[in-house]
Amino acid sequence: MSEIKSGMLRKEPLIFEKSQPGREGFSLPPAEVPRLDKLPDSYLRKEQPTLPALSEVEVIRHYTRLSHWNHCIELGTYPLGSCTMKYNPKINEKIAEIRGLTSLHPAQSQDDIQGALELMYILEKELCTLSGFSRVTLQPSAGANGEFTGLSIIQKAINEKGEAQNRKKVLIPDSAHGTNPASVVLNGFKPVEIKSGPDGYLELESIKPHLDSQLAAIMVTNPNTLGIYERNLREISKAVHKAGGYVYMDGANFNAIMGVVKPADIGVDTMHFNLHKTFSTPHGGGGPGAGPVGVVKALEPYLPVPVIEKNEQGNYFLDIYRPLSIGKVHPFFGNYAVLVRALVYILENGSRGLAEVTKRAVLNARYLRARLSKILDIPYKTNTLHEAVFSDRKLKKETGVTTMDVAKRLLDFGVHPPTVYFPLIVSGAFMVEPTETESLQDLDAFVDIVSQIISEAKSDPDKVKTAPHNTGVGRLDETYAARSKILRWKNKK
Amino acid sequence: MQKNYIFTKSHEWFDPQTNKVGITAFAIEHIGDVVEVELPEEDEEIDKGDEAGTIESVKTASEIFCPVSGTIVEINEELEDSPELLNESPFDKGWLFKIEPSDAGEFSELMNIDEYSKFCAEEED
Amino acid sequence: MRYLPQSEFDIEKMLKEIGVDSIEELFASIPKEDKSTGVKLEKGRDELHLCRYFHSLATKNKVKDIILAGGGVYPHNFPAAAGSIVSRPEFATAYTPYQPEVSQGTLQAIFEFQTIVSELMQLEVANASMYDAGSALGEALLMAYRANREKRKKVLVSKAISPDYLQVVKTMLQSFGDIEIEYLPWDSKTGKTILPESLDKNVAAVALGYPNYFGVIEDITQMTALTSTKKALAITVSQDAAVLGMLEAPGNLGVDIAVAEGMSLAGTWGMGGPGVGLMATRKKYTKKMPGRIVGQTKDEEGNSGYVLTLATREQHIRREKATSNICTNQALVALAFTVHLSLLGSRGLTRINALMRNRALELYEELLAIKGVEPVFTGPFFSEFVLSFPGNTDELRKFMAAHGIVLGINLKKYSDVDSVFDNAIVLSTTELVETQDIEKTIKLIRQFYQD
Repeated sequence: MSEIKSGMLRKEPLIFEKSQPGREGFSLPPAEVPRLDKLPDSYLRKEQPTLPALSEVEVIRHYTRLSHWNHCIELGTYPLGSCTMKYNPKINEKIAEIRGLTSLHPAQSQDDIQGALELMYILEKELCTLSGFSRVTLQPSAGANGEFTGLSIIQKAINEKGEAQNRKKVLIPDSAHGTNPASVVLNGFKPVEIKSGPDGYLELESIKPHLDSQLAAIMVTNPNTLGIYERNLREISKAVHKAGGYVYMDGANFNAIMGVVKPADIGVDTMHFNLHKTFSTPHGGGGPGAGPVGVVKALEPYLPVPVIEKNEQGNYFLDIYRPLSIGKVHPFFGNYAVLVRALVYILENGSRGLAEVTKRAVLNARYLRARLSKILDIPYKTNTLHEAVFSDRKLKKETGVTTMDVAKRLLDFGVHPPTVYFPLIVSGAFMVEPTETESLQDLDAFVDIVSQIISEAKSDPDKVKTAPHNTGVGRLDETYAARSKILRWKNKK
Repeated sequence: MQKNYIFTKSHEWFDPQTNKVGITAFAIEHIGDVVEVELPEEDEEIDKGDEAGTIESVKTASEIFCPVSGTIVEINEELEDSPELLNESPFDKGWLFKIEPSDAGEFSELMNIDEYSKFCAEEED
Repeated sequence: MRYLPQSEFDIEKMLKEIGVDSIEELFASIPKEDKSTGVKLEKGRDELHLCRYFHSLATKNKVKDIILAGGGVYPHNFPAAAGSIVSRPEFATAYTPYQPEVSQGTLQAIFEFQTIVSELMQLEVANASMYDAGSALGEALLMAYRANREKRKKVLVSKAISPDYLQVVKTMLQSFGDIEIEYLPWDSKTGKTILPESLDKNVAAVALGYPNYFGVIEDITQMTALTSTKKALAITVSQDAAVLGMLEAPGNLGVDIAVAEGMSLAGTWGMGGPGVGLMATRKKYTKKMPGRIVGQTKDEEGNSGYVLTLATREQHIRREKATSNICTNQALVALAFTVHLSLLGSRGLTRINALMRNRALELYEELLAIKGVEPVFTGPFFSEFVLSFPGNTDELRKFMAAHGIVLGINLKKYSDVDSVFDNAIVLSTTELVETQDIEKTIKLIRQFYQD
């Protein structure tokens, strides 16, 4: 496989360094002298903020040049495990720009935003159908915000039973995302780590010692971060319920079971969806995403306000009089523009298409696993669904080359590395999730590149250890960054 | 110099002569390049085994557990700007804080240098 | 299906490599009883019908020409140039910059964003952004609690902060459990928050709106005089970052953590989101801050570059000891904000502020000339203010809406606090409101009252 060459990558100074006094890049109504008569001086800025002064052309060139330094889905394979980097359809973007869908102010009367309310109502219903939950709130801004919301709902339910003082424990498998224990603490609970079984499954036996009156909930990612379907979850849910606890499912990997399993059917009480993973909305370089949360009937009273309802005349309205609600988790309706895109994706596919999407995602992942396990060490032999996790244990022993080195060398071939060093239960983890939108040729190319790197690790380990060689910058010194703490530009003059 | 130091199983050292507390070279080796040290405040009273701060590398954060009970009398302010002192000189310039021990009886509960070396060798396996 | 590149020939080849006969077999690890059966599968829609459907939804909304409402959502202009950068796939379809060597575009843009936020606030350190100003305020209060070593258990929060934010804050702190919120009432004459004479030792933070929900500019220095003597943290929250171009920067007033909403300048204000919560603080609190932070560094050859840094605060390393559970920022909205502010420069921002201010005064004065319209507060305002109207404000707002005008936000929700709010509306203007829009508004209101 051939390495990449960059097109015309330019070293781009900070926009502040390009600034030239007197230039401007805006087009606004003519200048007016601000009337500051009723504003005491003490309320006013003495010094203008230092912002760039540049023409539109210069600003456009600056950010266009910066964009060339980014890898993105539209350039090539992006097999980040657990992140579900699937193609983001263009039609989503086009529809999200329809003025009548988005140029709305929350202060407008509900009569005047019926279309927007209907859109959210339908999205909710679609998510309910896919998951089996009775209601879904669309407010949470991201997966982690969804975790917070789901746990708050559980907390409120426990509180209503008068058990808030006792039930503080939330069980979390050791393979979980870091957001899970962090959310648990933010919700005033105490995380208890549960060891995964030898085959990568969560076992009922390891839960049993914790099934007592202090148990609040269990948080389970299913399929888990090894890509393994938690076959004991139904049984575990029963046991947790019997002990008076609740089951939270982290839906980060829902794309592996969408259209195949409804989490509510197997005992899950509440779960968040990641619209930016499963439902194709763009990741945006780290947000905005959206993390809607589904609940079973019994938890409905605790949902955040407002809840969108439909009356007998077919009109939509916001129900804010819900005395048991946890309150709001977003000032308005959540990341609305993201919700629009997700609904476009759902309706374009239909439930039939979405089920097919799941199949192809698993097909791609299993194909990659089959080919990659011939060259990489796979610590858990258990069957996986949408992703597979490899380890660098053998490679490191034999060649000194680590997962990080392989990851960096992949960049030289124009491929984004998989997720590395996660989950923590696999040493030197290399977590691959191709998603359904990669072609066979792309998958084969990825395998060939990895295989070439593994050969290099044996023949010329230094080449791998010093990678990347073809990117605009080499490996960046993170220790220097953390020690020097240069967190903003400063005018040297 | 380290001959007189006494050690904890969580790899802190204590010098009964100067009352200084630090982290051993063995521990620093595992932490990697130190980028940040968080220390207790002066006059703070801390019990043996309680958390007395953290040492951070880029990807890890390790707690410092107080080797003896007492009152913090001085902290090594140089570490704020030069956390690398911990890598360069863990037993000397990289000391963390001085503590006025409240119970000298606790000293015997810690390991001497020979015991500690043996302990590390076992941990390595 | 256009997004699925596997042909039937590919599938056959792939199944063979895997060593199974059918795709269904790949799901054999899922217990049979877990699989849902008998689900009616709906067909999808082609592009033509998708567009038709969403356009038909759009016709059920009424887009208004003149919006005189804010409350956290301010219809600012969003230049085409900024829109074109934000829709570039290199920014829009990239993941979080975990591999800095191929994410310098996103990372440098965030570094520039942090600089702009730090400049606006006049505080040394800004993070890469939070979800929105409401959750950012909640995070700021939790941060103040941590900064005081979790020993102080009370926060004083102004009741005159946006109720939409306060509800989010309440949910967050109630869930967290260890912190008590004490609400500070506002003075019914000035609309300013009534601050206590002194703070007790248990107070971790005091938070004020800047300006508050009624548009009134609070006496920030009075708060910071209180907090600085008692080692509590002073927090401000601004509903529209734009006003910080003209109002004194929070950092210069002694504020310790300043948060603001940036979406109104980022083109994403429609229906109130996605937002982007700006957050900045003093250097000494850097390690207590939630969220991502980008720092400058270099590679082995000395080339400068940017990385996510100080990550030991965050959940993926610190897990249950993290400063927050937040895992993303609002990167693309932050980029939109950054590009817009870069186009504006301080000169453009001043222009926007002048237009906001002048139109607000015009609207204010013209409305007061109508019989029965009265100001509710005497406190100073910038571009948002509260007036009371004669008669039923619901009817009035409905009448105006029918003519394409959103006449502010009804404040009836505060009726139980003071009956003055029965007929009160909070109004605001941006640079999109023109003098002729105000004339039209006044004419219609007079018509409504048959004045």
